[in-house]
Amino acid sequence: MASASAPARGRAPARDVAGLGVGRALGFVAPAFLLIGAFLIFPAVWTIYIGITNYRLTGVEAVSPSIVGLSNYTKALNDALFHNALWLTLVFVLGSAIIGQNILGFTLAWIMRRTRPAVRRTVEAFVLLAWILPSTVVAYLWVAFYDRDGGTLNGLLGTQGTAWLIDYPMACLVVFNTWRGTAFSMMLYSSALQAVPPSQLESARMVGASGWQTLRDVVFPHIRGHVLTNTLLISLWTANDFSPFLLTKGGPNHESETVPVYIYNVALQGGELGYSSAISFLLLIANLLVSLVYLRLLRRRS
Amino acid sequence: MSTRSLPPTPAYVLRRIGFYVLICAITLFFAVPMLWIASAPFDASPGLGVHWPDWTLENFRKTLEHPYAMHSMVNSLLICVTTAVAVTAFAALASYALSRVRIPGRDALLYGLLLLSSVVTGTAAMVPIFVMMFQLGLIDSRFGVALVMTGGLLPAAIFILKDFVDAVPKSYEESARVFGASTGQILRDVVLPVARPGLATIMVWAFVNSWGNFLVPFLLIRSIDKQPGAVLMQTLTDEGGSVNLQVLPVFSLLFSIPVVVLYLLVNSRYGFRFHGGIKS
Repeated sequence: MASASAPARGRAPARDVAGLGVGRALGFVAPAFLLIGAFLIFPAVWTIYIGITNYRLTGVEAVSPSIVGLSNYTKALNDALFHNALWLTLVFVLGSAIIGQNILGFTLAWIMRRTRPAVRRTVEAFVLLAWILPSTVVAYLWVAFYDRDGGTLNGLLGTQGTAWLIDYPMACLVVFNTWRGTAFSMMLYSSALQAVPPSQLESARMVGASGWQTLRDVVFPHIRGHVLTNTLLISLWTANDFSPFLLTKGGPNHESETVPVYIYNVALQGGELGYSSAISFLLLIANLLVSLVYLRLLRRRS
Repeated sequence: MSTRSLPPTPAYVLRRIGFYVLICAITLFFAVPMLWIASAPFDASPGLGVHWPDWTLENFRKTLEHPYAMHSMVNSLLICVTTAVAVTAFAALASYALSRVRIPGRDALLYGLLLLSSVVTGTAAMVPIFVMMFQLGLIDSRFGVALVMTGGLLPAAIFILKDFVDAVPKSYEESARVFGASTGQILRDVVLPVARPGLATIMVWAFVNSWGNFLVPFLLIRSIDKQPGAVLMQTLTDEGGSVNLQVLPVFSLLFSIPVVVLYLLVNSRYGFRFHGGIKS
């Protein structure tokens, strides 16, 4: 994603300065594109095919699957557990990405503008650490944090015996993912805020605008594009995030089973590869729509 | 927010206090869940809560003696080095050709790559990838895991590197050519040294991304002696038990060190920050 602004710059006419020639250039590109084709494009396309079969992990349909048309999709329409997964994903994205990471990330970027470098670096270090640690490690940290007997949260609140991950699984996941992903929004907004002309902030202060008014009328118009970009990206990542599986495995009783976890449970626990492919395809389409909007925005800006 | 030469008003003082309370609250929110990884590995009776440890290195000995713990680190290293080298090599070749030679349909290709890197996520493609590797007989193969990860990381890697190569002036190559250097010499002696920081960045980025990847090896690896660290942690967590409570904190700490060290290294050398790429 760091490369997001690339297409605009790459349009300068390339000159073959090393004397590579088109033939050898294609040879250079080939290995990468073979791998991408085999492990990214082919699976994506194949999802469509598996999605219209009754392919299963075991049993008769594992050996000779047959084409069942769109029945997997009509099944999804009436599948209460799928609706549940969609709803939980929406809650997860809205709570942890659109509200949680966005607001906390912006708040951090905003209040850190003029703090002392030492304070700023310390706070940033923790926020970044939450982002770069391996996902299994952070998942375990939070499982320990939320634990019923002796977890740190219960120790802090004096609520011994509360099983947070069982009683409030979605709230736990929302807090967890806000913690996990805020760094990206913080960094994006930090650099966006540098584009706000200091003179305008100064004049806002002169006329006695309140902090909130300054944000709304001076800052926000400058960073509107960044807010949209950030929201799209973090929503996309959050909707596709598999870490809820590491904390709750979708339980208890499907209460935290977001779409990625549902796909895994249907495919590898239930063995219904055909049906889970149909759902995967729906997820791919949703990703495609969000990405197209995102790329459109980028193009307009550049 | 500053009141210049006027003495601070009560409202101003209140606002400053509120400001620091907010900073402290946010810092605590980020720090407290992490404290456990700093205390539990050294605690004689490690629990899941944070408390001042009863210092010991016994847990480290237990972890080193664990039949699978260190072995899984080797597996992680094997998978991630393979992935990082493959991603860097193939992305370097592709991005150089795409930057310097006008290949027909290049812009469409690049646009497609950018789309792919965000649309086909690990979770959206897990079923077909599992089925494909199953039919290819590559289930339970570390090499298969590295292949899938390489395919997943390449589009973003090509993009980042191409941006980088575009920024390298073409005059170096031109002058080398004027002096009669062959294509091979130009690539080896002119382009490669100039591109080294970019290549290092991509290699670290690919390594860190595959080091933390849980889903791909979790789907594809069955036997415990082939599991990389990310999956072994999950296996040990599911097993539970007091032995694992001694091993897991130490293992979490050791498993995190490479990522943090590489991050600090790259950040101090190139001022570069990890960007999302493909999260899975």
